Formats: sequence, structure tokens, C-alpha cells
Amino acid sequence: MSKLLNVSSSPHVRNGISTKNIMYDVAIAMLPATIWGVMQFGIYSLVVVAATVLSCVLSEYAFETLMHKPVTISDGSAVVTGMILGLNMPPTIPLWMPVLGGVFAIIVVKQLYGGLGQNWMNPALAARCFLLISFAGSMTKFTDPVTDAIAGATPLATIKAGGTYDVASMFIGKIPGTIGEVSVIALLIGAAYLLYKKVITIRIPGTYILTFAVFAFLFGQHNVSYVLAEVCGGGLIFGAFFMATDYVTSPITPKGQIVFGVCLGILTGLFRLFGGSAEGVSYAIIFCNMLVPLIEKYTLPTAFGKGGKKNGGK
Amino acid sequence: MNKCTERLYNGIIKENPTFILMLGMCPTLATTTSAVNGLGMGLSTTAVLMFSNLIISALRKIIPDRVRIPAFIVIVASLVTVVQLLMQGYVPSLYASLGIYIPLIVVNCIILGRAESYAAKNGPVESFFDGVGMGLGFTLALTVIGMCREFFGAGAVFGHEIIPEAYHISILVLAPGALFTLAMLTAIQNKLRLPSATNGDAPKSDLACGGDCLHCTGCAGMANHAVLAEKKAAEAAAAAAAKKAAAEKALAAKKAAEAAKTAETQKEAEEK
Repeated sequence: MSKLLNVSSSPHVRNGISTKNIMYDVAIAMLPATIWGVMQFGIYSLVVVAATVLSCVLSEYAFETLMHKPVTISDGSAVVTGMILGLNMPPTIPLWMPVLGGVFAIIVVKQLYGGLGQNWMNPALAARCFLLISFAGSMTKFTDPVTDAIAGATPLATIKAGGTYDVASMFIGKIPGTIGEVSVIALLIGAAYLLYKKVITIRIPGTYILTFAVFAFLFGQHNVSYVLAEVCGGGLIFGAFFMATDYVTSPITPKGQIVFGVCLGILTGLFRLFGGSAEGVSYAIIFCNMLVPLIEKYTLPTAFGKGGKKNGGK
Repeated sequence: MNKCTERLYNGIIKENPTFILMLGMCPTLATTTSAVNGLGMGLSTTAVLMFSNLIISALRKIIPDRVRIPAFIVIVASLVTVVQLLMQGYVPSLYASLGIYIPLIVVNCIILGRAESYAAKNGPVESFFDGVGMGLGFTLALTVIGMCREFFGAGAVFGHEIIPEAYHISILVLAPGALFTLAMLTAIQNKLRLPSATNGDAPKSDLACGGDCLHCTGCAGMANHAVLAEKKAAEAAAAAAAKKAAAEKALAAKKAAEAAKTAETQKEAEEK
């Protein structure tokens, strides 16, 4: 009977979801792409991913210890940041660059703003852009997994230069690119896992990819294989499912998520088709991260009982 | 300490315009791509600041109060034109790399700030040394920021490359690097508990909010009124007490004088 006398404030019903569960689900979902990348580009790419993960976790630990804050490395967010950053690295990068990127992601982008939940920009992507601007040469040196030679051009760059492309090999992932972005099929397996576990909804990635496809069809070439190649090439699938859906830096309102996805699609299209570089996913996502507070402000859903003419609503 | 050396110390260390007053951020961020650029920008600002302070201070009684800002701007602009032409003639490479930021010295808030807050109220000699101190403080800060950015971003110290190119973090010589470097240097300064505009540990004022504008939520206004009223009352009470004490003292003095007088008359009477 004593149970009935317990008085506590809401919420009274909890489910088992925690930051830790979600983060480990995201990490598991990235495993197929990681395994594919390691199979394609050799064991060194595994070393790169491990180095970024270690660097992120250790810098989080070091910063929080030095600042006398509770150490939060066990919630897995640093691991996920490290994995995303590692999968965004080209397979031949000198090891100290991804390590520096991990330190930048965690200390400058995440911890200086107050830690998990306070950062307004995706740490892994901010670090990738930091590295891309700083070391443009090493960050764009890709190997071709088929011929095993240093090939300068990714399929996207080839398309931009007017060359030929093969959508089937882009879908499977036998193309030059960063460690994690090459295989669409491996990424889609991970994405399906996340959708099945309800970690993410289809709203952001769906509207993102759709908007981008429409944009590419309208302003690029009017044929389906071109649009498919643009969608499968580069970091679009990886970005849409794993980076744009980051809880901290994407809108939480359902309408806002759709607006966010559309903004991402348009910006990625603009950067890819009209910009100087062949790729634009990272810049589009970190730019839209800045719009999130504004999007959320204007898409706030009406609270239960507050709508209708009676209460001054529409 | 001599007044002039005190001004120098004040400008370079105590009220360093960049790190403590947080003034002139635009040229600080834009021109510190290398140590030489920072030094050049700092020294040209120093030249303008010294003479603008001197001239404004000398003319402070002639310039009407209402039109002082336009008058200051005219003086500063003339000096900037002189500096600009001299730089174009003698250091064309520095002139080219600083670009638009040389004419923009006219609206540098350090120069107008010193004219408003110091030169317009003090004599020419002190104002001149105030200008030298502030200018050197600005130069020091710009050179330090420029050195940090150049060292990590281009691997060089004053143009001499010491780190191979593969290890340059070139974002630091680009625009974001300016913000990173300034933020890091300010963070170090805050950590070392030096006073600055953003440091919460700066000396507290008497206001209810402690003068802590950094964490002000705007709700301390009424409390501040109370504190100020209290302070005023205390001052009034102190003044009244002082007046009373003075009156008592005067009374006592009068009494003493009277006593002395009676004593004297008594003495005189005794002598007779």
C-alpha cells in the first residue's frame, strides 16, 4: 500500500530511452559504413577512425577534468562525434590531422559552448570544415579502391568536370571518397536500423534528399541517372541520415524538421551546382544549424488546449 | 610615479585598449594576419593617436562643446591622411596589405574614445603621453595576436618560416582564425584573473548587481535605486555629522578662547 502514497512530480511514465542508448544506436548504425570503408581502403582507415574516436573521448575527459565538471564520456556522444569525423576523413590523411580535428570538435565547438546539448553547430562537421579549410591538400586526396591509385577526383568532381560516371558502383561504394561516405547501401542499412529503432524520423533526411533531387533535376541535367548519381555521390546520404539528424543541432518541432530538410536540400544544391567546389553537404548542414533557433521559433506547435478561436488562436 | 610615465603604464598594461577596454576590435581582427601587419597597423594608429590627442587637448578650450565630435573627426582625418600618404610613399607593401584599414583609422573608437575621455579634459603634455601609451598598448596587443596567428597559421615568426608547410593550420590566418586567437588570448587573460571588460572577477562596484554587466538580466534596476538612495542617505548623514562635529569644534574652540581670556584677566587682576 505504501506505493500509493508516493508523491512525485511529472513525468510519471518513463521509457528506457537515454542519451547513452541513442548514442550507441547511432554508433551501431555507422558500423556497416565503417566496415565497408575499412574493406575498401585498408586497415589504415580503421586506424584513422579509431584515432578520431580516441581523440574526441580523451579531449572530453581532459577538458571536463580540468574544468572540474562531471565527466560525461560514458554517454557516448564523444564516441559518435569521433566516428562521424573519422568517417569524414579521406583514407590517406596523416594521423595528426584527424586527432587535431577531434580536439577542435570537442573542446572548441562542443565544450566551450557548455557541453552536450548546448553546442549550436554539429561538432564533427565543424571540425571537418576546420580541417578542410586548413589542410585543403591532404583533405581532398582520395584513393581509388579499384585501381588502388591516388585519384584526385571523386565521382562528383568528375560529374562537375563533365566526365562519365557509373551509378551502380557509386551505390555499392567502389568509388574514391572519404572513409564512410562511399557506400550508399551500407549507409542505408544503418539508416534503416536507426529508423526501425525510432532514433530518427524520416522527416529531415527524406525532405533533404527529395528537395536536393528536385533541385538537381531542375537546375542540373534533366535526366534521372544524373540525379541518381548526384544523390548517391559525395556525403549526401551520410549527411542526411547521420549528421543533419543530430538531436542537438536540428529542430525538434515536426514542421521545423521539414523546413530544415528543405533548406538543406536547396543549399546543398546551390553549393554543388553553382559553387566552386563539387561538394557542399558539410557547409549546408552547418549553415542550417545556425537557422535552427529561428526555424523552431516559427514552427512551434500549439499546445494542447491552447488552439481554436476561443483561445485567441487561428 | 610621474604623471607622464603613469599614462604610459596605464595605456600599455592597466587599460590596454585591446585586451582590457576591448576597443578597436575591427582593425584588431582584420589586420593581424601576420606580426608585421599587426605591428604596422599598431604603429600607424599610435602616430595618429599621439598627435590627435595633442592637438585636441591644445584646442579643447576653443572647440565648442556641441560640435566637438565633428571637430575631433576633422583633426583625426587630417592626421590619418598624412599617415596614409607617408605609408604609401615609404612602405608600399605594408600599405597594400593593410588596405582599407588605414583610412578607417579615422573612425577607430580608441582614438575618439581617448579624445572624448582624456584629451578633451586634460593638458596637452599628459594627453600626448596618454596617446603614446594607448597606441603602444594597441601595438603590443596587435603584434601578439599577429604573432600567434602567423606562427600557427603560416609557421613563421616575423616572416621567417620555421615550420614546414604541411603543418600549417592555415585557417588561423583567415578570418575565423582572428576570432579564435583573440578569444583564446582573452580566455587565458581571464583565467589569470587580469581585469578586463568581460571578466566577472573585476573589482565590484557598490551597485546591487555588483556592476556585473556580463550577467545582468535587467532586473537589478530597482535594487540599484535602493542601493543608490541608501548611499545618498549615508553620504548626507556623514555630511551632517561632519557639520555637527565642525560646529562642536568651533564651539569648543570658542569656549577655550573664552576660558583663556578669563584666565588672563584673572592673572592680570592677580598681578595688580
